[in-house]
Amino acid sequence: MLDPYIESILIFSGINVILALSLYLPVSAGLLSLGQGGFMAIGAYVSGYMTSVLGWPFAVALIAGGVSAGIVGLLVGLPSLRIKGVYLIIMTMGFGEIVRVFFLNFEPTGAASGMGGIPTETTLPIVVGVTVLVLLMCFQIRGSRIGRALEAVREDELAAEVIGINLTRIKVAIFGLGAAVAGIGGGLFAHYATFIDPGQFGFQRSAEIFIMVVLGGMGNFLGATVGALVVTILPEVLRVGDMQEWRMTFFGVLLVIIMIVRPMGLIGVRR
Amino acid sequence: MLLLQQIINGVMLGSSYSLIAIGYTLVFGVLHLIHLAHGEVFMVGAFVALQVVLLMGGGVGVAIPAAAVASAVLGVLIYLAAVKPIMARKGHFLAPMISTIGVGLVLQELATRMFGGEQVGFPVQMESHVWHLGGLTITSVQVVILAVSLGLMLALHLFVTLTRVGMAMRATAESMVISHTLGIRSDRIIILTFAIASALAGVAGVLVGMSFNSISPYMGVDMGIKGLAAMLLGGLGNVYGAMIGGLVIGIVEVISVGYLSSSYRDAFAFFVIIAVLLFRPRGIFGSTAHVEG
Amino acid sequence: MNAAVSPVLEARALSRRFGGYFAVAEMNLTVDKRSIHAVIGPNGAGKTTLFNLITGVLPPTMGDILVEGTQVAGSRPDRIARLGVVRTFQGVRLFPSMSALENVLVGRFCRTRGGYLAAFTRIPGKAGVTEAASRRRAEELLERVGLASRRHMRASELALADQRRLEIARALATDPQLLLLDEPVAGMNPVEVQEAGELFKSLRDEGITILLTEHHMSLVMAISDQITVMSYGRKIAEGTPEVIQRDPQVLAAYLGSEATS
Repeated sequence: MLDPYIESILIFSGINVILALSLYLPVSAGLLSLGQGGFMAIGAYVSGYMTSVLGWPFAVALIAGGVSAGIVGLLVGLPSLRIKGVYLIIMTMGFGEIVRVFFLNFEPTGAASGMGGIPTETTLPIVVGVTVLVLLMCFQIRGSRIGRALEAVREDELAAEVIGINLTRIKVAIFGLGAAVAGIGGGLFAHYATFIDPGQFGFQRSAEIFIMVVLGGMGNFLGATVGALVVTILPEVLRVGDMQEWRMTFFGVLLVIIMIVRPMGLIGVRR
Repeated sequence: MLLLQQIINGVMLGSSYSLIAIGYTLVFGVLHLIHLAHGEVFMVGAFVALQVVLLMGGGVGVAIPAAAVASAVLGVLIYLAAVKPIMARKGHFLAPMISTIGVGLVLQELATRMFGGEQVGFPVQMESHVWHLGGLTITSVQVVILAVSLGLMLALHLFVTLTRVGMAMRATAESMVISHTLGIRSDRIIILTFAIASALAGVAGVLVGMSFNSISPYMGVDMGIKGLAAMLLGGLGNVYGAMIGGLVIGIVEVISVGYLSSSYRDAFAFFVIIAVLLFRPRGIFGSTAHVEG
Repeated sequence: MNAAVSPVLEARALSRRFGGYFAVAEMNLTVDKRSIHAVIGPNGAGKTTLFNLITGVLPPTMGDILVEGTQVAGSRPDRIARLGVVRTFQGVRLFPSMSALENVLVGRFCRTRGGYLAAFTRIPGKAGVTEAASRRRAEELLERVGLASRRHMRASELALADQRRLEIARALATDPQLLLLDEPVAGMNPVEVQEAGELFKSLRDEGITILLTEHHMSLVMAISDQITVMSYGRKIAEGTPEVIQRDPQVLAAYLGSEATS
């Protein structure tokens, strides 16, 4: 049997890879989001409610959580993806906070005191399976007609538009897909943690997902994967003193250093 | 009468938002940067004031200058350590902003470790008078808050309209393009801008601490976003817009608490952000000017 | 001109105002099928704005734009592109970190189908029928513009003349009816200009209509079927190269005496 400590690190690694990829997907079209924690929360709460209160099977609940987050992603994305850059980041930050405040006040899921009693369903094989599926999905998109169009939109929106790419459609779709993946990540998290509260999905969570993707280099999904693994495993390896306690400080400083040392390389080419 | 009372309460609350929003807008003006650690500067200001008062005693007269100085120093350090080196590299246009996210995370965790993650009382007390004017209730704390924040806004107004440096700052803030060509955008102006912006945030930290009677390391994110909302409402880089924007958000927040559920008050500013962004989608970055050629 | 030839593009009373001034004012323009139509004029005459209006990059303030009879004024660029009107940019806008081949492949996007489901279910490493066809087409186009040997280079690494050629190949990949070229030979040496001229003529002969702006007068005079002259946002003359070269108003406004020689 695997050491429970190692197993938990592996499970969190997998969940974080899924979350990092959920941000990588919109980033591949140049859409930066600081609100992935919000989509994760939707997936976690919806799936957790279905298994713990309604008694639905885990697989169905997990998919429903992903679909719910994806639908919210489409609804949010449709009006908001006309805005770009700094504005989109602020907008997604605002969205993440709205979701948090919503669950903070939503009585059916325990409001501020959180929701407990979620069955432990997330096992290592399930996490590995879902992670591989999501990785495979990113790989398949990358070399496809859609993948090229996403890259084109990231590199030069206007040039993409004048050769017949519908910006709204392609951006909303990838934003929604990313949201759905974040929702699935949230569902896996909920069924491992068994207790969730709104504070787990706040700005810090969104920033952490953001750091994973920035750390790995926004250029491709393997970078995001590596970034997620580093963010999850490094604090454990460096467990000298109170590393866990200081992890946000560590990653905050890392973020600043990366921006100073390699601002271009990590975000991709743009004029 | 109830409405009038709510408007007064809203102005008290909103004047602190205004101070924070002015800081955002000043920094945005000179550097085109959304300073995402600005909310944490505000929070640190409040904690420094608390520590100084606990150590040395004294009231508002000690707390406010202490917060202002500490925040100004912190703001300038943030610029020198985490913004300037990135600006110099001419990387991706979002790189400096991402860097300030990192700074914000660090400050938040440092504060949590040093002061604990819980809310702490804010004992900057003063004799509390309560005045009743007809059906209205006004406390001396509210009067101080209003006097300090309006006084600072007036001082800032005089500074940017009467002094050479201040005029240069405003010119930079209100017209990036022109000041680029005039070459006003010197390092000295930027440092001064960060100092003033951060000092205002620090003072706002004390004022908010006084009005809510408690502070916490996490209040930076929340207040930061409200300040951002106020700035967006007023128009990026517009100092007076930020003042008005803060008051509007404060008033509408208080009124919405009165008529809707109080628990959703914190979501309100975010709705403002989203509405502003949606109805004014073409900000400075979204102009079509780059299309030509 | 032959009356049986129907216009591929018609602009009627097309205007665009920026603040107080009209960059394009009441332009009427008819571009016939299978022709090379040049728009010339001094810098700031409104040529690029006209292109921006026709391709939907900017909405017109007033007026109509008809693509084969379909009203497109105010439509989004991608819709106009799908109707067969595609452009290049004066400043060349490629996808810099993508290879030359990928740049052209993106051009096939609007003429192919296949969404996410198709992407997920394809066999890794193996191109499906559509993808294989797209690739063949892209290779052909690269061959056509003389970039076959550089197809795996990143667009940003190509020389300027090659970048202009690649941008044309990318536009051709969308199967355009009307190709708008904004100063397509700017920065090219005489040999490259000559080659570009040959390419434009052969494209016209295959049925693609070309609308171009250019300051390179000898090229314009050599290849154009029709020339429209703009000054201060207005059309001041129109006709064949011979007519334009003799038009006194044009000479006064723009060409100068040496251009007539």
